[in-house]
Amino acid sequence: MPDIRHAIIIIAVMGAVTLATRILPVLIFGRGEKIPDFILYLGRVIPYTAMGLLLVYCLRNVSVTGGSHGLPELIALLAVALSYIFRRNTVLSVIIGTVLYMFLVQKVF
Amino acid sequence: MAKDQSNQKSGFCITGKEVFEAFKTSIPIMVTFIVLGTGYGLLLEKHGYGPVWALVSGLVIFSGTVQYVSVGLLSAGSFVMAAVTALMISVRYIFLSISMIGRYKDEGKRKWYLFYALCDETYAMLSHDEVPEGVNVSGYRFLVTLFDQSSWVLGSFLGGWIGTLIRFDSTGIDFAMTALFLTVFIEQWMRSGSHIPAITGVLATLACRLLFGPDLFLIPSIVIILIVMTVMRKKIESGGESDA
Repeated sequence: MPDIRHAIIIIAVMGAVTLATRILPVLIFGRGEKIPDFILYLGRVIPYTAMGLLLVYCLRNVSVTGGSHGLPELIALLAVALSYIFRRNTVLSVIIGTVLYMFLVQKVF
Repeated sequence: MAKDQSNQKSGFCITGKEVFEAFKTSIPIMVTFIVLGTGYGLLLEKHGYGPVWALVSGLVIFSGTVQYVSVGLLSAGSFVMAAVTALMISVRYIFLSISMIGRYKDEGKRKWYLFYALCDETYAMLSHDEVPEGVNVSGYRFLVTLFDQSSWVLGSFLGGWIGTLIRFDSTGIDFAMTALFLTVFIEQWMRSGSHIPAITGVLATLACRLLFGPDLFLIPSIVIILIVMTVMRKKIESGGESDA
């Protein structure tokens, strides 16, 4: 079992930040105060940047020069993208991609 | 549920009808949450944190994306990075909450549960004001929120439990997170007017990953993203953000 105390603090910190984004706006703007324009703008665009950031974050340990050259990742990502574009079903695409990726890293590469 | 309220249309009341309608509305979300939650539970278990951790995390954080990302930070991640990453992912809740202030203003103490458990999917179901005919709105909203959260927590507990029960080679299960984020990325791409934010997110992070190595790149990436978003504001907004 890894460091329990560290894990608890991480969950508490991330939980507190997430809760703050849900509750603070109600406390601050609950009486109809005007929300600064720039904050509204950031709130619109940051989610789009965040998903790009998270995608790269997920693939941070992929090496193009060594190992399997990132081929299992590339193939599975293509499967996710194509299935999602044609079927627009998150659950289906996640299952297809994960099963395919697990098969590729365990049996093929 | 006070007696004097249950007879009023505007009060809070839960009968079989509210349960049935809320359940019907929630089914597609519940299926999604149970499957994705199971993936999260399995992933967490594989990293050495059993089903109870999934349960606690689901109650404390209750955000699929934040929770998936948290898995990699649990054992040795820096607290600052955890906070900044969580903020980056959760900042959208600010807008979900703001747009629900009017709808939830008469919910009394239940309001705090409704805001705490507000997620993208629940928002999508409750932010248009079409409520099934004849149901008590307060009861219905409460139940939809509760069913959605419960199915996520239940799914993640189930995943953790399956992980301890059945020993199988789970190498590569981490990809569930990557796949989930890619589907959200594509969905956003199709819906957004300007692709500059999405492209900036990918390129800035990629550049920082190459420059700073696999452990330190997140915070510089976020700084660069914020700068680019500030500088490019005019161009991005004229590109026509269709998202509300």
